[in-house]
Amino acid sequence: MRPEVALPVLLPLLSGAISLLFWRSRLMQRFTAVAGNLALLVISLWLFTSVYQDGYVTIQMGGWAAPYGITLVADMLSAVMIVLTALIGLVLSIYSLASTGPDHEKFGFYPLMHLLLAGVAGAFLTGDIFNLYVWFEVMLVASFALLILGGEKAQMEGAIKYVTLNLLASVIFLTAIGLLYGMVGTLNMADIALRLKEAEHQGMVEVLAVMFMVAFGIKAAAFPLFFWLPASYHTPPVAVSALFAGLLTKVGVYSLFRVFTLMFDQTMDYTQDLLIWGAALTMVTGVLGAAAQYEFRRILSFHIVSQIGYMILGLALYTPLAIAGGVFAVMHNIVVKTNLFLISGITRRLQGTYQLKKMGGLYKERPWLAVAFFLSAFSLAGIPPLSGFFAKFVIVRAGIEAEAYVVTGIALAVGLMTLYSMVKIWNEVFWKALPEDNLVPEPKSVVGDDGRMVAPSLWLMSMPVGVLAAMSLLIGVFAEPLMVIMTVIGDQLMNPQGYIDAVLGSNVDVIEALIEASAAEEESP
Amino acid sequence: MEPVMAIAIGLLYSAAIFLMLRRSIVKLVIGLMLLTNAANLLIFTSAGMTRGAPPLIPEGMLAPEGVVADPLPQAVVLTAIVIAFGVLAFAVVLIRRAYEIVKADDLDKMKDTDT
Repeated sequence: MRPEVALPVLLPLLSGAISLLFWRSRLMQRFTAVAGNLALLVISLWLFTSVYQDGYVTIQMGGWAAPYGITLVADMLSAVMIVLTALIGLVLSIYSLASTGPDHEKFGFYPLMHLLLAGVAGAFLTGDIFNLYVWFEVMLVASFALLILGGEKAQMEGAIKYVTLNLLASVIFLTAIGLLYGMVGTLNMADIALRLKEAEHQGMVEVLAVMFMVAFGIKAAAFPLFFWLPASYHTPPVAVSALFAGLLTKVGVYSLFRVFTLMFDQTMDYTQDLLIWGAALTMVTGVLGAAAQYEFRRILSFHIVSQIGYMILGLALYTPLAIAGGVFAVMHNIVVKTNLFLISGITRRLQGTYQLKKMGGLYKERPWLAVAFFLSAFSLAGIPPLSGFFAKFVIVRAGIEAEAYVVTGIALAVGLMTLYSMVKIWNEVFWKALPEDNLVPEPKSVVGDDGRMVAPSLWLMSMPVGVLAAMSLLIGVFAEPLMVIMTVIGDQLMNPQGYIDAVLGSNVDVIEALIEASAAEEESP
Repeated sequence: MEPVMAIAIGLLYSAAIFLMLRRSIVKLVIGLMLLTNAANLLIFTSAGMTRGAPPLIPEGMLAPEGVVADPLPQAVVLTAIVIAFGVLAFAVVLIRRAYEIVKADDLDKMKDTDT
């Protein structure tokens, strides 16, 4: 019985329920958000230490032994992702105290945020493929509602694209689950992994692998199915944008890592090329899309797409080092990308717009904000000693070791283009003088949207930004111990037998005997 | 029975995709509805169809007698139906609100956020 595996899912559900009970009390909802997410961070660190000591931690829900019940399982990858989820949850709940107006809070911003975190945590921890679908849907429904919070025209238009493409991805995912169940007769991922190796029609396994790739590719916003992301992420309130940017696409990436290392490693001969070129095109299209934009959050949205390419490239190269680099990129990106969105919210509060052309002069006005932006933006571009450098360094090195020179070259060139976009934002927002025609709304810089004085609320918004910027620097400076953890992840993912043994426990021999018996039966009918 | 189901499912998928490629948002949502139903039927069929044999274990025995229906895909389909119902309810409300705000039932008029 290891409660720490189930608690990261249960706790956000509990906090969500509590804040629903206090539907009319803004104060209680705010308190629950911060306290609940703080507790979530503590529990996620507990889970991380357990996993660090034992390697794998599992819990069989309802006491039904695997593969019949639903197993929650945490390996190092899940544990790291849970810690990051909790961190982003806490940071955002503090930020939204100041940034989310009462008109959004009144319509359930906090309960939805808890529900979203529960969905994300569930997806990271579950060991059952259908349960993964359910958590995806929990996450999606919460994100649908958050996306249209406020109900502006742009939000509706963005939401239609977001909802349609994500539902399409869900249906492809569900179809693949149905066909997979028809083939192997089990939903437990460890059990599926054992049975797929013995499967009769390996061609069908390849078809399934590609169906999962398309479904998770849409959710991760990989080329060529990323259009929903830049069409919708710049429309909701900024705290929601930041939450989506930090976590949602990464759940798709996590699922790709999990499914392709655990279940479909025998199809890699066929799928590796698809993944590599998908990753390369994702990087290139994302960064080129960003180059054409002059809206703060749209540039950042296109860069989410571009960065997803690096993560998938880490998976596609399929060596322990490359996977370690891919996960490092996920970790770095969650911290940095969330922070850039949070900074865009502060600049919007200060200058009343997201249009780069109308902004300016913030370096003089807010030097510390400029420093935080500098750290995050140049980390995204991969400048040493910040976190992005090590993510990129490990992936590039793995690419050269795997002799994939073309795609490695593309990855480096895309880094340069990222630098171009970040320098563009730096020049327009911080460096150049404020354009004369921008009448900075004077009341806005003194009083916030909700009528309170801006000084304490600006402080509340700046604190998370400072913490995340410092984290980006610290990840870069202390890359060595983190790289040790990433290497453990790479080894665990490349040797799925450990995961299978941890989930199935003593049943693993029984299942293997059963598979052999049924294979023998088919041979001599 | 399976070939008939397979053809029906294929028709549902193709009808759904055809509707989703139209410009009208109402047809888009109808397409989504058909698509989720097609996926549910596919799970139901691909897991094998056994008629009139509920998976009940007679008293005093440890395993059911003979071939019984697999209860797991039925549970899975039930869950999927409920989820699809909730999500589609949201989608219907969304297109209604979008229609009120944009005042058009045309996806081509909803591309402000793309440029």
